[in-house]
Amino acid sequence: MKILVCISKTPDTTAKIAFTDNNTKFAADGVQWIINPYDEWYALIRAVEFKEKDPSTIIHLVNVGLAENDPVIRKALALGGDEAIRINYDGKDPFAVASQIANIAKEGGYDLILTGKETIDYNSSSIGGMIAAILDMAFISHAIKLDINGNIATAVREIEGGEETDEALLPLIVSCQKGMAEQRIPNMKGIMGARTKPLKVVEPAAVDEYTSIASFEMPPAKAGVKLIPADNPAELVRLLHEEARVI
Amino acid sequence: MVLVYIDQADGQIKKSSFEVACYGAALAQQLSTEACGIIIGNTSEDLSNFGNYGLKKVYSVKDASFNNLDPQMYIAAISGLAEKISANVIVLSNNTTGKAVAPGLSVKMKAGLVVGAVALPDLSNGFSVKKSVFSGKAFAHIKINTETKIISLNQNSYAVTKTDAKAEVEDYSANGGTPKIKVVKTDKVKGEIPLSEASIVVSGGRGLKGPENWGLITELAHLLGAATACSRPVADLGWRPHHEHVGQTGLAIAPNLYIAVGISGAIQHLAGVNRSKVIVVINKDPEAPFFKAADYGIVGDIFEVMPKIIDAVKNLKGL
Repeated sequence: MKILVCISKTPDTTAKIAFTDNNTKFAADGVQWIINPYDEWYALIRAVEFKEKDPSTIIHLVNVGLAENDPVIRKALALGGDEAIRINYDGKDPFAVASQIANIAKEGGYDLILTGKETIDYNSSSIGGMIAAILDMAFISHAIKLDINGNIATAVREIEGGEETDEALLPLIVSCQKGMAEQRIPNMKGIMGARTKPLKVVEPAAVDEYTSIASFEMPPAKAGVKLIPADNPAELVRLLHEEARVI
Repeated sequence: MVLVYIDQADGQIKKSSFEVACYGAALAQQLSTEACGIIIGNTSEDLSNFGNYGLKKVYSVKDASFNNLDPQMYIAAISGLAEKISANVIVLSNNTTGKAVAPGLSVKMKAGLVVGAVALPDLSNGFSVKKSVFSGKAFAHIKINTETKIISLNQNSYAVTKTDAKAEVEDYSANGGTPKIKVVKTDKVKGEIPLSEASIVVSGGRGLKGPENWGLITELAHLLGAATACSRPVADLGWRPHHEHVGQTGLAIAPNLYIAVGISGAIQHLAGVNRSKVIVVINKDPEAPFFKAADYGIVGDIFEVMPKIIDAVKNLKGL
């Protein structure tokens, strides 16, 4: 089985969110960058588990971004994966990014393409579904479990108020979320090995951009907490009913 | 024309569908046009009632081949109708169906997509949609530069208003193509309010000390008609099922009221709940970071405070 895992680079989950250039750019100074947690913990680790079960499995990682992304890609390679491809493209439009990945995927003959359910920066959860539509592949979104038996995939996806079990033939695209695999820490062998794994850089194709970011905005600051004495919780209930009018 | 996708499960229309209907109707007014809806799958509900929410007409796709969600079939049905009625804006809810369908619809219709919209577009300089980014910590204004536009609206972001107008209902037979996904089974938790649709959520953290104390959470939730949720450690420890986990890696929710009991409020937890309209924090540690994000708070022992809150709610409800 040949798997392509889409890896995005995002600010750390605890990074301070601020903007510069008249609120048009993310303030990246001093920000620690990580592999998007959904891509790492769920998509990549599940792929690594498939390879542990069947060592003939080939895992390729793909990232869309500039050379500054290489350390994050190496970190992903330390967790697993045979080689990585970086598409040297700096766009933010989900369709353009998906088109770049689809170009690579088309050539690679992958049986399975895994993405995280969304990135923690732009939260668009679009890439998997878009690649599927571009390449006319089956798509299962927000899966919490995935098993492959021969050329049949069984996935469990979360739906409102429950779960749904789906079956599909490979090739298939799955977006992954919590439940799919457990977070791992790369070991020394993985880190050393990652240094020599191939990281291929390819130049981007000409693609359309459907959207652009006009500006950012911080949410209004909270007015501050209204503390209610612990010996009078009934006052909280009164305030929620009469002041906030939410109960 | 604005086309709104009306989502249903087991014949029941989802609450978020009324939000997108109202949003679509308001957007149509902005664009001096009309809003129509499409519903896929059988329902016994009276679809003409969507007129109450501003839709002129509802197209109903009843073909049994659409009974389960296969994104590409839904994409074919929605885009087919959009083309037929010359819809140039399509609105969906950013729920599990919307997330599965909207990206492919964007490709199929060569239409720019904004996922997680929180307000009507700004038309003063092109077509720009405000959306939630950085897991609720900020907003971005995204400009859609294509002729056709798709908006996926965050749940609980747009107020539902009603009139007594009626919508015309028309059966629409769509061609979805050959299914690629086979749904083997669905398991629904019976009698519980789905977390993503709940207007009130009562959530517990490690401060509850063990699953045996969850009665404090479930009882309050039951009284308030609320859904129950939990923090990540609680789900990881197996005290509560994973689908209740809200936060950065769990579900992101935006209820009208979020009551956090015994949760310290790590930044990853806040990322999943910071869009809630009112946040109440009950914690014995006055230094808990959650208090900074809260609207109301009680610093105290939850095992003493919670029973009193439950009693006060019972009083309020006349029980």
